[in-house]
Amino acid sequence: MQEGTPLQSRQINRELLVSILNSPKWFWMAVGILGLIVLFAMGTAGLMINKGMGVTGLNRPVMWGFFITNFVFWIGISHAGVMLSAILRLSKAEWRRPATRAAEILTVFSLMTAMMMPLIHTGRPWRLVYWIYTVPFVPYDYARGIWPNVRSPLVWDPSAVYTYLTSSILFVIIALIPDFAVLRDRTTGISNKIYGMLAMGWQGNPRQWKLQIIAGVLLSALILPVFVSVHSIVSWDFGMAVSVKSWHSTIFAPYFVVGAVHSGVSAVAFVLIILRYIYGWQNYIRHEHIDALARLLIVVATGWFYFLVMEIVFGFYGREADEIAVRNLQFMITPWNIWMMIFVGVTYFLPVAIWLSRSARRNLWIMSLACISVNVGMWLERFLIIVPGLARKQLLTFDWYTYTPSAVEWIIVGATFAMVSMLMLVIARVVPLIPLYDIKEGEILRTEIKIGRVSVPATFRED
Amino acid sequence: MAKAPILGLFETADNAADAGDALKAAGVPQTDYDFLTDTPYPEGAFGERHEGHRLYIFPFVGALIGLTVGVMLTSMTSMAYPLVQGGKPIMSLPPMAVVTYESTMLTAIIFTIIGIIFESRLPAFKQGLYDTRITEGYIGVLANVEEDQLTSTQTLLTQAGAIDVVRNSGGPGA
Repeated sequence: MQEGTPLQSRQINRELLVSILNSPKWFWMAVGILGLIVLFAMGTAGLMINKGMGVTGLNRPVMWGFFITNFVFWIGISHAGVMLSAILRLSKAEWRRPATRAAEILTVFSLMTAMMMPLIHTGRPWRLVYWIYTVPFVPYDYARGIWPNVRSPLVWDPSAVYTYLTSSILFVIIALIPDFAVLRDRTTGISNKIYGMLAMGWQGNPRQWKLQIIAGVLLSALILPVFVSVHSIVSWDFGMAVSVKSWHSTIFAPYFVVGAVHSGVSAVAFVLIILRYIYGWQNYIRHEHIDALARLLIVVATGWFYFLVMEIVFGFYGREADEIAVRNLQFMITPWNIWMMIFVGVTYFLPVAIWLSRSARRNLWIMSLACISVNVGMWLERFLIIVPGLARKQLLTFDWYTYTPSAVEWIIVGATFAMVSMLMLVIARVVPLIPLYDIKEGEILRTEIKIGRVSVPATFRED
Repeated sequence: MAKAPILGLFETADNAADAGDALKAAGVPQTDYDFLTDTPYPEGAFGERHEGHRLYIFPFVGALIGLTVGVMLTSMTSMAYPLVQGGKPIMSLPPMAVVTYESTMLTAIIFTIIGIIFESRLPAFKQGLYDTRITEGYIGVLANVEEDQLTSTQTLLTQAGAIDVVRNSGGPGA
């Protein structure tokens, strides 16, 4: 699968470094606007800390709401990086080349955003210091001799997420070294010095390239199990919670992992479309790449839908009172049942219907719509797992309640999208979001072979 | 006599490989010349020497250290705060396995990164002879030869198709 025209190394440098060497005029304005939104949300969070959690819609029994929903959502988005980068690298899929870097960086930023949400949710984020247990032998609340409870999923969760975050950052940095060398050679002054330091004296000899290629494969193989563990463990925040019986589902781990891949890959496809549009990378992010992602998404979405149906069927089949109460809320009571219909429609039926059509897969506007639709749906999915479960947590109807998010929660959650967008823009100003050497490698390995009377594009694949 | 570097720049991989063959035929040891590119070429494309490495040891060492740290962290913190919950043992293996797994993987990955940098001979504080045109797609053939062989090596590289031969680092932006 190859389209487009062969590219020269100099042209690749010029076109892919445009975001760094010649940033567009709107760049600072866009960063400024997004930054103001983030600042406003920070002020709102400050207000919440000052006034207390009473300014949110959280209540008893619905003690997890928008913030935790948003946490799970961003963890899900982060799964795109490894999904695309590691699996496609290991399977040597040719169309991975333009997508890997953006996916990996999106992973890092969405993980950082995700980790902010539980901190904001605590209402007392300065107590973070008590949570830092992942540094070995550093206890929290040492003065009172209280140590981390290893048996709690809420301790597993940060250990998994921080492992994934650290690994992803290192993965990105290692793959950036050759591109830092290109930037070192194209810049002057202080930029040259900084990129020179980051390139660490990279020359591009066969030994360095060999190690770089092995690094990609080896790190992919090492990060893949971490990637699976992260969202499994996030699902265990719910699945292993003692008090909410409707969350006790044995299929939560694979269900969450596949759901995360579904939303994450959709987000990457959307980011690629945006990058193609704003930086004019039509030669690199081609219709064939978006098409391939859409075809992959059909499989992922169908796998996710299977788990969704199983989760609902198992819930009903046991006919336990707690479970039936939650399902009754989700399917019979307005507006929850309307949200459920919207969620299933926009997460599965609408996008998959779009992706089944080749012309729709190659229409970037329609693809953008489908990708946004999936992510709206996946956000709703987490909301519709968390809130109804808590609203019907107790057996007696006396303790049932509902949840209405406050303006404070809307602002903070909305600003996380502005923050990730801003960080992606800023990082595009500093590092190439499409790996230069990967694209160049693709160019030297591509050729045309003649079969009968037709010439077809071909790619050499090294073992 | 001291050795001095000389760098030939080539437009095609074929010419660079020819230069490598010519240097070999002229008696330059394979350890004294190298190929510099801005993209990974298939191994052996220039007839270069086989590069051995011990990268695979690093993740294993890291995993062992992480496993040990994980077991110690989970067991010692459990014992340090012995609160019985739901009649479960204080040192419960399934939850210990989760945190231990993460610490094992984390340390394996960190050690792999260290291994990649170490085996790539980075950071190279002294870069040596280099030309920024290499990151524009030119292939550099860098040879370290006796000073009295510089002229003959320059001729040899030019005959192999070098578009330029440099003895001092340079190029745009250098």
